[in-house]
Amino acid sequence: MGHLLRAIFEPGFFTSAPVHVALLAGGVVALVSGIVGTFTVMRGQSYAGHALGDISATGGSASFLIGISPLWGFAGVSVVAAGIMDMIGVRRPRGRDLATGIVRGAGLGLAALFLYWDTTRTSTTGAPVTILFGSIFTIGSSMIPAIAVFSLVAVGIVAVLYRPLLLSSVSTDLAVVRGVRVRTAGALCLAAIALAVSLSAITIGAILSTALLVGPAATALRLTSRPGLMLTWSAVIGVAATWLGVLLAYDSYYWPPTGRGWPVSFFVVALILIFYLLAQVAGRNARESQNEEPACSQAS
Amino acid sequence: MFSGFMTNTWIVATIVAVVAGVVGFFVVLRGSAFVADALPTGAFAGAAGASLIGVNTLVGLGVFSLLGALGIGWLGRRARHDVAVALALVVMLGLGALFLSFSVEYAPEIYSLLFGEVLGISVNEIAPVAVLGVVCIVAIVVMYRPLMLSSVMPELGEARGVRAYRIEICFLVVLALATSMALPVVGALLIFSLMIGPPAAARAVTDRPLVAMGLSVVIALATVWIAIAVSYHTNWPVGFFVGAIAAVCYAAGRAAAALRRTRVIRSAAPPALAPVQASQ
Repeated sequence: MGHLLRAIFEPGFFTSAPVHVALLAGGVVALVSGIVGTFTVMRGQSYAGHALGDISATGGSASFLIGISPLWGFAGVSVVAAGIMDMIGVRRPRGRDLATGIVRGAGLGLAALFLYWDTTRTSTTGAPVTILFGSIFTIGSSMIPAIAVFSLVAVGIVAVLYRPLLLSSVSTDLAVVRGVRVRTAGALCLAAIALAVSLSAITIGAILSTALLVGPAATALRLTSRPGLMLTWSAVIGVAATWLGVLLAYDSYYWPPTGRGWPVSFFVVALILIFYLLAQVAGRNARESQNEEPACSQAS
Repeated sequence: MFSGFMTNTWIVATIVAVVAGVVGFFVVLRGSAFVADALPTGAFAGAAGASLIGVNTLVGLGVFSLLGALGIGWLGRRARHDVAVALALVVMLGLGALFLSFSVEYAPEIYSLLFGEVLGISVNEIAPVAVLGVVCIVAIVVMYRPLMLSSVMPELGEARGVRAYRIEICFLVVLALATSMALPVVGALLIFSLMIGPPAAARAVTDRPLVAMGLSVVIALATVWIAIAVSYHTNWPVGFFVGAIAAVCYAAGRAAAALRRTRVIRSAAPPALAPVQASQ
């Protein structure tokens, strides 16, 4: 038993400070992304979530340039971009994706410019890679309070708007009839997504933050159609994937081929995909065994 | 500006703009902006993998963008479309991160794959781009009618015997080809911006599909040429100018469309049939 434990948790896992910070920050971020991501997936805004993550890299590169904390750069630019996307405000999903894409193209163009200045004027050649892929083991513990504040704001928005958002995600017309301000709720939801995405962009990288936003929520959607349960599943899956990913990445320092460790983001993504495919199989089996009884849930 | 190595840049950029204008028209029509975004971004993993095992970058890009397209098609049958695209993208990127961690010096190349390095194109790179570009255009011409039908009126297409799923897969493959052609020379960001900015502007201005497609090619060419010229003088990255010009085109197109709508309403004609317009 002791041998097995030592094989799973390589020596030093529980005493290493970077691992503590990674587990704590990664767990918080996965929790927030899981909760906010449920609404992202239900409202069909995966692309907006992904694009905001990419765009927040613009803020990251700008913050390198002017020398403020990257977290502020990531979150600030991401929320501003969410505002612009909402202002363009196209109703039909096709047009909405197009507007999202245009904002993303312009945002990343700016990122290219900032990175160009970063790499030519200061000598931070690693900056593009750090911004795009993040590095969970190098989060400073000083960033934890800021991460906590942003998480609280993001989850707070979703918690306050829980019922209106749910209603307008399922049926916009019904929500309007019930007196929900659909437009305001949508804008605030996008702001919450922007905050969640910029948080995860800091920890697992701007590009891969999509994984934590969409993956666990899509998996939860396969498992249940009850909103409360869906939120729980999504959060649990996100946190589990992140923690297992950190553990595997720590262990992988002893693996071939380089002995420098495999990236955390790879493990997190691989775990999320495995969970998703398992849930798909489980969901299909459940549906087949339920086929005799009438299905009564429409919420998903 | 037009001498020596810059000649290659102008030729390749022109080919890419034409292909992006034509393929992008259908990207906009079908609302596949997310796919057009995901394939180039995810395909860079193929380049990283190719450099790891020492094969041609173009092969790696081609394999990965094709696998990505098929993966999106396969997952998209069983889940929401945007979720399928997001998952496929994320898996490709995760693999890319893994490959990158195995190779040692790759940081500058990531930067150029994402943001483009159009000012350093060699003569050998022109031929593959030209061949793949012609293949893409021919494919679009061959499947023009069914593609048009299934993009604008999927139900009517099904009734006429157009298999929407097959068309979707074929279109994804063309998109993948266009992507892997353009990626090594102009970068993911540039090809993506070119594929949605100019066609979106063109569609807002006119309702006739062939005119819109031609206009989209013209705008794409103008965008790329201006971007390269300005980038040559300022030394700033081309991707920035392409992204900015594409956004300006889109805004101008939206403004023109709004103007046209108000004029139609003022002249007391029946409101424009926005979703059906393109089929005329």
